[in-house]
Amino acid sequence: MANKIRLDIVTPERIVFSDDVNMVIARATDGDLGILPGHAPLIAGLQVWPLRIFQEESETEISLCGGFIEVRPDKISILASCAELAEDINAERAENAKLRAETRLNEKDDSVDIKRAEAALQRALVRLKVANFKK
Amino acid sequence: MPSVQDIRRRIKSVKSIQQITKAMKMVAAARLRRAQERANASRPYTEKIQEILASVASGSSDAKHPLLEVRQVNRTGFVILGADKGLAGAYTANLLREIVPRIQEKEDVELITAGRKVNDYFRRRNYKVAQQFSGFSERPTFQNAKELADLVANAYASGQYDEMYLAYTKFHSPIHHEPTVIRLLPLEQAAKEKSKASGEYIFEPSAEEVLNLLLPKYLETVIFGALVQAAASELGARMAAMGSATDNAQELISKLVLNYNKVRQANITREITEIVGGAEALK
Repeated sequence: MANKIRLDIVTPERIVFSDDVNMVIARATDGDLGILPGHAPLIAGLQVWPLRIFQEESETEISLCGGFIEVRPDKISILASCAELAEDINAERAENAKLRAETRLNEKDDSVDIKRAEAALQRALVRLKVANFKK
Repeated sequence: MPSVQDIRRRIKSVKSIQQITKAMKMVAAARLRRAQERANASRPYTEKIQEILASVASGSSDAKHPLLEVRQVNRTGFVILGADKGLAGAYTANLLREIVPRIQEKEDVELITAGRKVNDYFRRRNYKVAQQFSGFSERPTFQNAKELADLVANAYASGQYDEMYLAYTKFHSPIHHEPTVIRLLPLEQAAKEKSKASGEYIFEPSAEEVLNLLLPKYLETVIFGALVQAAASELGARMAAMGSATDNAQELISKLVLNYNKVRQANITREITEIVGGAEALK
């Protein structure tokens, strides 16, 4: 498995990940994309969904909340408004955020911004998924 | 001539003011360092998003998007990023000096202000302030930028404003920053001539879709960059202002101490002459 591609994950606050990887699976707006080294140049929007990274024999997940992926044959750049490695996620906080978003959605109050609550719920779910992945 | 006590009291009060300005200077310096780091950390993201936007824009030159639409200008919106707190030297004054003439040359203007100092300034002068924010001028988060960007994008897309400007203070170095006004919307089609690099990209699902997603993000990034720079400038200005305040206090203290000693000396001399005079009279 010598064939590798550079992956950079950038958020406005910092560079989250920068390393050589074997394969990346990302969920784009219209479905999953698997990217191997030497992929044709591509730009796609991403969903709020964990990014799966295959490196040597191991697989890691990184939570992403929306963003873009730009692929060049030798380099993948991901721009996301937030991105967290499993060890950076505060599972308790995500759990709380999930509960909060759920109660908001269940209230069916007109004052609730449904879109926003749904987005918050989705982010919390993705974070939990990534946080539990390691276990 | 003030008495010894008066001078002593002055010295004491100047000293405690100096302690405050010194502490503020050091706090500003520490925060400035962090703000600068944040400004630097956001740079790769900004550059990348500009790069992608340029390639997408050239890949879909006839794309239609509400944020790209150029309209006849009836009403202009200004987004002004200023400070929450004073004691930053001429920071707010410089920013206002730059933007007030710009605002006055437009016919119908509404303002969106961030930062208590600018809120108050425009409120008091009866400008139309459509929305105001405060509480994050020193430590802006991406969330703050997002909020502002959403507001700006919605206001523009709904036709509330036909043109939007962003005013902030650009950060060059801790002692050099300049107030800047840039046009936020309609977005200028970034660098169309760079088409050669982008022709080869596949867009998933299509260039238009990607553009739809990208433009709001781009707006957020621009605003976030401006917020971070404004924060760094504010802290830089405060650090410089508090530094010179501390120096001035030191100077004032040494003058007062000199004065104090003179008065004290004069008192002693006078007392001695009085005693000597009294003793002479008794002979």
